[in-house]
Amino acid sequence: MKKIYLIVMMASLLASGCSKDFLTNDPTSILKTDQVFGSKELAFSALADLYKGYVDLQTITNWSEFTNYDEAFPSEAGNYWRVQQTDYPYDWWSIWNYDYIRHINIYIERCRASKALADEDKQRFIAEARFLRAANYFELVKRMGGVPIITEPLTYDYNGDPSYLQHARAKESEVYDFVLAELDTAQQYLPDDAGVQDRASKGVCLAMQSRAALYAASIAKYGAMTPSVSLPGGEVGIPTAEARKYYEISRKASLTLVNSHKYSLYMKKPEDLSDNFAALFYDKSNNPEVIFAQNFKLKSGTIEAWTLNNQPRAIAEEAQGGRLNPTLNLALKYETLDNKYTPFVLKNGADYAYYDQETDIFKNRDARLAGTFILPGSQFKGKDVDIWAGYYVAATGRIITSNVFGGLAQLPGRNYKEKVVGGSGPIDGLEFGAQTGFYVRKFMDPATGSGQIGTQSEVWWVRYRYGEVLLNLAEAEFELGNKDSAAIFLNMIRRRAGFKTDLTPTQITFDRIVHERRVELAFEGHELFDNKRWRIAHKVWNGQSISITDLDNGIGKAAAPNTMAYGLWSYKVYAPGTANDGKWIFKVVKPSEVTAAHRFQTGNYYSKINQDIISNNPKIVKNPNQ
Amino acid sequence: MKKYRFLYYLSLMGLLSIGISSCQKDNFEAPKTRFTGHLVYQGKPIQVKNTGDQISAVYFELWQSGFGKSGAINVYLNQDGSFSALLFNGDYRLVIPSSQGPFLSLENEQTHSDTIPLSLHGSTDMDIEVLPYYMVDKADFSIGTDSVVTATASISKIITDNRAKDIESVSLYVNRTAFVDEDNKIAFGSIAGSDITNLSSIKLTAKIPEDISGGNIGVADQDYFYARVGVKISGVDDRIFSEIVKVQLK
Repeated sequence: MKKIYLIVMMASLLASGCSKDFLTNDPTSILKTDQVFGSKELAFSALADLYKGYVDLQTITNWSEFTNYDEAFPSEAGNYWRVQQTDYPYDWWSIWNYDYIRHINIYIERCRASKALADEDKQRFIAEARFLRAANYFELVKRMGGVPIITEPLTYDYNGDPSYLQHARAKESEVYDFVLAELDTAQQYLPDDAGVQDRASKGVCLAMQSRAALYAASIAKYGAMTPSVSLPGGEVGIPTAEARKYYEISRKASLTLVNSHKYSLYMKKPEDLSDNFAALFYDKSNNPEVIFAQNFKLKSGTIEAWTLNNQPRAIAEEAQGGRLNPTLNLALKYETLDNKYTPFVLKNGADYAYYDQETDIFKNRDARLAGTFILPGSQFKGKDVDIWAGYYVAATGRIITSNVFGGLAQLPGRNYKEKVVGGSGPIDGLEFGAQTGFYVRKFMDPATGSGQIGTQSEVWWVRYRYGEVLLNLAEAEFELGNKDSAAIFLNMIRRRAGFKTDLTPTQITFDRIVHERRVELAFEGHELFDNKRWRIAHKVWNGQSISITDLDNGIGKAAAPNTMAYGLWSYKVYAPGTANDGKWIFKVVKPSEVTAAHRFQTGNYYSKINQDIISNNPKIVKNPNQ
Repeated sequence: MKKYRFLYYLSLMGLLSIGISSCQKDNFEAPKTRFTGHLVYQGKPIQVKNTGDQISAVYFELWQSGFGKSGAINVYLNQDGSFSALLFNGDYRLVIPSSQGPFLSLENEQTHSDTIPLSLHGSTDMDIEVLPYYMVDKADFSIGTDSVVTATASISKIITDNRAKDIESVSLYVNRTAFVDEDNKIAFGSIAGSDITNLSSIKLTAKIPEDISGGNIGVADQDYFYARVGVKISGVDDRIFSEIVKVQLK
């Protein structure tokens, strides 16, 4: 038998081998350069891969990143460490993704050399690649300070001396100048169309210029407050004299975008401004405010789990959710509609303040509070979110609660057990519950199935939107001394949030600008970088424990310490036969997992450049204070 | 049966080869040379934060060239300004990163920079002289029956030229254990630098949250505590402290 096999094998080998083109066959699993750049579709899909490399620090696909800065608390056991470590390590936020830049540079070079592509396609693709490169350099300079600017693919010639590939760091201002100039060039070849929202457009170039120039300007202006955060070669730090120039660039870019009238503030649901604000982030059809977003699509492999991760536990579609808990620290910042910073009223003299409805305590506030937070007593997907911490027995002052979601216990004077805590908690130390008393609403997808592991969500991640451009414009106008127009643009944002009385120009201060950005842009990835560029990060996260009094006093103050996450818990009053029975009281709590006060040191302003990088390229100088 | 015999020989050979090869060439001797000392100013150790949290503690770097990629050995300071490291003999360069510690490095006579050449041949004890912005000369602590710790401290400004920096705040820290700093404390009290009129007599108070009337500050039968005074210099992350003092309640 065996011999037969052997003979058959030998015969087949003889028959098949040694035909002439054996070694010159094209591979079937690899596309070659001239193939990729020989067709519009393939060149476009290579470009799509570059879009995938776009770097965000905080985004909806990594919810836990939002919990490092006391804007939110991580209600998941594996992430409690984020509120238990004091110092931010120096290498946090560090990136050095020159592999990505090389991919872009190669793409640009090959696309430019292609003869098969039509000129207009070529121009747009190259402009998009340049936009992505500018975006990446902006991200690099935000985190690392000045970095080497590489615009050509570098290739080693194996001569034994790689020093010609070693480039020194550019000045911080030079990188900003490069980003701004590249965006100037790119926007000429990009569509001037507000309907293009998940690819580069002229609009996003202007929006990015508006943001980047504002960063450069504020580093120049406020860098004077932290003189030790600079390097003699200008790799870190921008001379104060340049502040005005950059503010003007930012103002010009914002104004060009505003005056193009292609974008506007989202206002599809004027009857409920909180719903309107929430819809701004999940409504993907004809959204006039979104300028540039990372898109997702159901059933395509590009889905995101923000809603799955953060859905209210009581009505969750899986046995999880509720991870991101916005803090009381943030909730306190939303003003009452009379333009005043008002702490929540918890006490009425020595007694508690009693509220008829659980939501009453949040009444008459900035509509963005209920648009950003899922508040206790509210609904999500048409169902009660069921957040309440237990019964307050008025007669004895006791709290009756349970340590499981929706747990049962017996109230005094009753002979049966009943539910004594909400299906979402809050229960201290129990993950997936609303440990601060709140859930996040921004970017939450109201569609059925968005909370299921098998479906998830296609809500996009909004990177640039018109609302931010207006805030950028207001800030630039304020810093340039034009308080009148600063007030106009700030009020546009505030009217959408339900404020009937406009702020007057004299009321516009630095603290106001900072405050407005915090409440409007919460959970959109701005907090850390804003505090860095204003050079107040070391004051906001100063490593000192804070009390609720500190929080109340700090509302509206840009540099007020915000180092520990606090929560607000609601209790149902049990006082049979009295007027207060069934009403609600509130208590401030600090989740017991919060054990450390965050500290941002001067060495955190620019992230650490890894020693490997310095070893490979001795021309790289270290960042200050590290 | 043949097959098994073959396996038997194979495993025997394997064992033999392990016996021959291991435990000789590929093991180095652990470093034995001890490098110890203090960071000092005019002979007085610089008191800093304890090393527990490696991010905020004070360290200096030892560099040794000639072994491929360069990377520093970080040597962390203890609370009393002392350090100790186990190293191989050889030539090192010692650098205190400019951001480290509440002090400036002095220029080295040999290198005319802040780099200090260090050649280790056998254990070495070496004090490194630095120039602190301030020194806490003296700090005395007392405790009243109302659980209030009172400190009187005197601080002297060492750097007075154009490199001088202001005091941001002066704080008194109290802890149950011998580790006392801004992160390890049960009580603290501060005054802002702008409120200080006389550097040589600064009075600070801090109230211990526990009731100490029974001669106990909270942990089983502990009738003592540790305290020290720290100075935060504006623009400098690391504080400079006084010596840690153990205070007996009675």
